[in-house]
Amino acid sequence: MNQSDYKFKRKPAIERLVLFALSLVFWIMLIWPVTSVDGRLLTGDIAVGIVVAAFVALIMHNIIRVRFVRLVNPVSWFWAFVYLFVLSYYVIKGGVDVSYRVLHPRMPIRPGIVRIRSILETDTGRAVLANCITLTPGTLTIDVTDDGVFYIHWLNVLSLEEEEVAKQVLRRFEWYIKRIFE
Amino acid sequence: MNETIGLILFVIGVLFDLFGCVGLVRLPDVYNRIQASTKCVVLGTTFLLLGTMVWVGTASAIIKGLLCIAFVLITSSTAAHALSRAAHRSGVPLAEGSVIDQYADDLQGEPGYEENES
Amino acid sequence: MLTMEFLFPVLTVGLLVCCAMCLYRIANGPLGSDRMVAIDILGTVVVGFVAIITAVSGKVYLLDVALVWALVSFAGTLALAKYLVGKRLNE
Repeated sequence: MNQSDYKFKRKPAIERLVLFALSLVFWIMLIWPVTSVDGRLLTGDIAVGIVVAAFVALIMHNIIRVRFVRLVNPVSWFWAFVYLFVLSYYVIKGGVDVSYRVLHPRMPIRPGIVRIRSILETDTGRAVLANCITLTPGTLTIDVTDDGVFYIHWLNVLSLEEEEVAKQVLRRFEWYIKRIFE
Repeated sequence: MNETIGLILFVIGVLFDLFGCVGLVRLPDVYNRIQASTKCVVLGTTFLLLGTMVWVGTASAIIKGLLCIAFVLITSSTAAHALSRAAHRSGVPLAEGSVIDQYADDLQGEPGYEENES
Repeated sequence: MLTMEFLFPVLTVGLLVCCAMCLYRIANGPLGSDRMVAIDILGTVVVGFVAIITAVSGKVYLLDVALVWALVSFAGTLALAKYLVGKRLNE
């Protein structure tokens, strides 16, 4: 099911409440030491936070649609936790790889732009996958079309076969993202 | 102990920042430079923020550092995507020695896309 | 501690060299898009700089500056990208 024509059930009150709660949590993280030195709650700060979060929930409701069913699913939280470690491994590997190519005297790069079709179907999944591809070794998402084709600038093109390219660049994230967001 | 770990993280972070900026100066075209920016510099800044979290060690520093890391990761990759797409759309060619450009092949038919003259 | 007093100037000089390389690319990038990439990287380097200043001075509220700097730099880069497209395409 494509998310762009996904019709949300009309439960604006609950959606607004979720958005309000998220904004308030964000505010409290920003002003974190909630108790002051003598142990008294900073009621003024929290009151301002409630006002601002209510404002955001009222104004931004049409722009940010929270699919709150997704937020209470423990399976997707578990895979998100696993994915965090996988992603940080690839981010560090990407940094080391690009540093090696930059510092090598002859710069062993073989750049090119390749076309890959993804199996992900929702917009959220595609956006997350594009960001993850950008952060990992030698690949940079340039464009994503509406039917799921990724154009990727690759610093060291190893192969031009479509299946081979997809295996090298895409498949290692798709498996996790499909479990987290779809 | 915390200070030693923090110092090690600082040194790693500054080294990655330096490598990224060397790549910015050395690499041949816009897309390769964007690659160097989004990998090395983001990784270096992440290490610097981690070092600050370990060094200071209070709850508020850790929470703000984690927020900062999340923002830097998300915004820099999105900015790299926007910049590279804009550069390709405005007709910046790939460097000498590039292997393939399937994006330009697919964009030829679209209205509004001008082939670059070079 | 000796290492701390010795190392922080070295780290600062390293980040200043980063800024200098970005400024070199801004000054004589062959194309406009090269300059924009350099501006983007400069913003990220400054976030790291603020992190080091936070550690040296021990004032945690400076991390708010880093957060806001990352967001503002992101907005600026998006505006520059829009401008770059608008030069050739009427979108």
